[in-house]
Amino acid sequence: MKMQWSRNKYIYLMLLPVVAYYIVFMYLPMYGLQIAFKDFSPAKGIWGSAWVGFDHFKSFYESYYFWRLIRNTLLISLYELIFGFPAPIVLALLLNEIRVRFFKNMVQSITYLPHFISVVVVSGMMIDFLSSDGIINQLTGIFGISPVSYLIMPDWFRSIYVASGIWQGVGWGSIIYLAAISGIDPSLYEAAKSDGAGRFKQIWHITVPGIMPTIMIMLILRFGTLMAGGSMEKILLLYNSTTYETADVISTFVYRRGLLQMDYGFSAAIGLFNNILNFILLVSANKISRKINNTSLW
Amino acid sequence: MNLRVPIRERVFDIANTLLMLILVIITLYPFLYVLFASLSNPAELIQHRGLLLAPTGFSLESYKLVFENPMISIGYMNTLIYVIGGTALNLVMTSFAAYALSRRGVKLIGPVMFGIVFTMFFSGGLIPTYLNMKNLGLLDNRWAMILPSAISTWNLLVMRTSFASIPLALEESARIDGANDFKILFRIFIPVSLPIMAVMTLFYGVSHWNAYMDALIYLRTRDLYPLQLVLQEILITNSTDAMMSTVADVDKGLIQETIKYATIIVATVPILLLYPFLQRYFVKGVMLGSIKE
Repeated sequence: MKMQWSRNKYIYLMLLPVVAYYIVFMYLPMYGLQIAFKDFSPAKGIWGSAWVGFDHFKSFYESYYFWRLIRNTLLISLYELIFGFPAPIVLALLLNEIRVRFFKNMVQSITYLPHFISVVVVSGMMIDFLSSDGIINQLTGIFGISPVSYLIMPDWFRSIYVASGIWQGVGWGSIIYLAAISGIDPSLYEAAKSDGAGRFKQIWHITVPGIMPTIMIMLILRFGTLMAGGSMEKILLLYNSTTYETADVISTFVYRRGLLQMDYGFSAAIGLFNNILNFILLVSANKISRKINNTSLW
Repeated sequence: MNLRVPIRERVFDIANTLLMLILVIITLYPFLYVLFASLSNPAELIQHRGLLLAPTGFSLESYKLVFENPMISIGYMNTLIYVIGGTALNLVMTSFAAYALSRRGVKLIGPVMFGIVFTMFFSGGLIPTYLNMKNLGLLDNRWAMILPSAISTWNLLVMRTSFASIPLALEESARIDGANDFKILFRIFIPVSLPIMAVMTLFYGVSHWNAYMDALIYLRTRDLYPLQLVLQEILITNSTDAMMSTVADVDKGLIQETIKYATIIVATVPILLLYPFLQRYFVKGVMLGSIKE
């Protein structure tokens, strides 16, 4: 035992700051999660604050915004799933069919670019383009459509959110599928060709099944974030009080209630509720995938 | 063998090519529009309808005002500090972790790995994390932009996989020569893994450059604001007043628009310029990350 320690002492030394980091910045907050069950006040600290059990969860459940938040969180994730998930896959399949290498590389390089632009800049551009005298309204005006103030209309929020997400992410998202495609055995294509299969049949019977494991894993990861309700950063930037009805998700509500209104215990409880739901979803999605497909995250 | 390409496939190829071209245009045009608009005369721009194919009436007025805004240079300075300091810390911490956790047969590594990976699936949440930072005295402090993000578990896993695949022989021969683990890490593993180190530098670097949420939550003093937070003030909450103090009231409304465009360009130009050269490494990074599946 002693030999182990002395032989590996530098390894343990290296691990020291790493473990310290995770404990201080990841696990300490988890310890602080208990304020979800307390009537927390910073003055009294965690220990001085009274225990209230599940009161916060109850008042959340009974609040008028409970179902609205759940609905918005789920719907935004669902929209992203239905439209945003297939987009990179389709792009990867289409890119793979391009024969001219130069063109293929050029398209790829260009479509990766938006991914590196910050969410603040993308949102800033969106806000400008979608304003009532912004370029989108100018263009639809040419067809006689009167200007729409898109960003203050709740009905438009989800579409705007998802569409901008696709614009920003479709190129980058396709990389992982392109990598998977390149891992498919070329002899499968040879065999198919000699059997007379055209390009479409090849795509359907070889390429798609070939990247199915990757698709499944990505899908599981997506399911695990279903209750995360999209990216809080972007929603915070794009929403406003008139679009809360469709735009306000659990995480943005927690931000306002907790950080801006300083209702710590209550919002911590909601955050915990969200995290636990996420966790359950992730584990379930993984179980299902393991049963159906034999692919799993762990 | 039938060598004739079916019409169906030819049509598909043409359609596909067109589609890709449209995609390229949709991707690039917003930036072009912003660029042209930023260089345009505000009075003419406001009257312009439809797509911009060139600046309408050339004017560098907006850029002048943007550069005169002290918050822009403060933001840039801070972001540079956070990017350089943050990335340096990231590389050291992640290398330590990746090296240590890729060693075989060392006790305690199992539980530590579990503890680390667990944080990818569950966390304390926004409020406890914020209160934690408060208790640590890190609110409104430059360290708040560097410490909480010291290690990205995803990057750690990628680097660990890469280190684990370094041939044992290299390590053995170094040990025979009397090297300890630190020497092995710095003299052998890191030089051998230069591609991965480059990718990590870029991933971490870009993430620091674009960092906005941490600043929003933890920082109050404007002198500490990174560029993205300054941008948020200008682009989202419309606080262009300070920049327009030298502008006649009559023109304020007009120039407010072009100022925003110029600000976007000024903030994004570094990424846009570096991107073509660095893009190769990013792709490699994702490939490396995905191969481990």
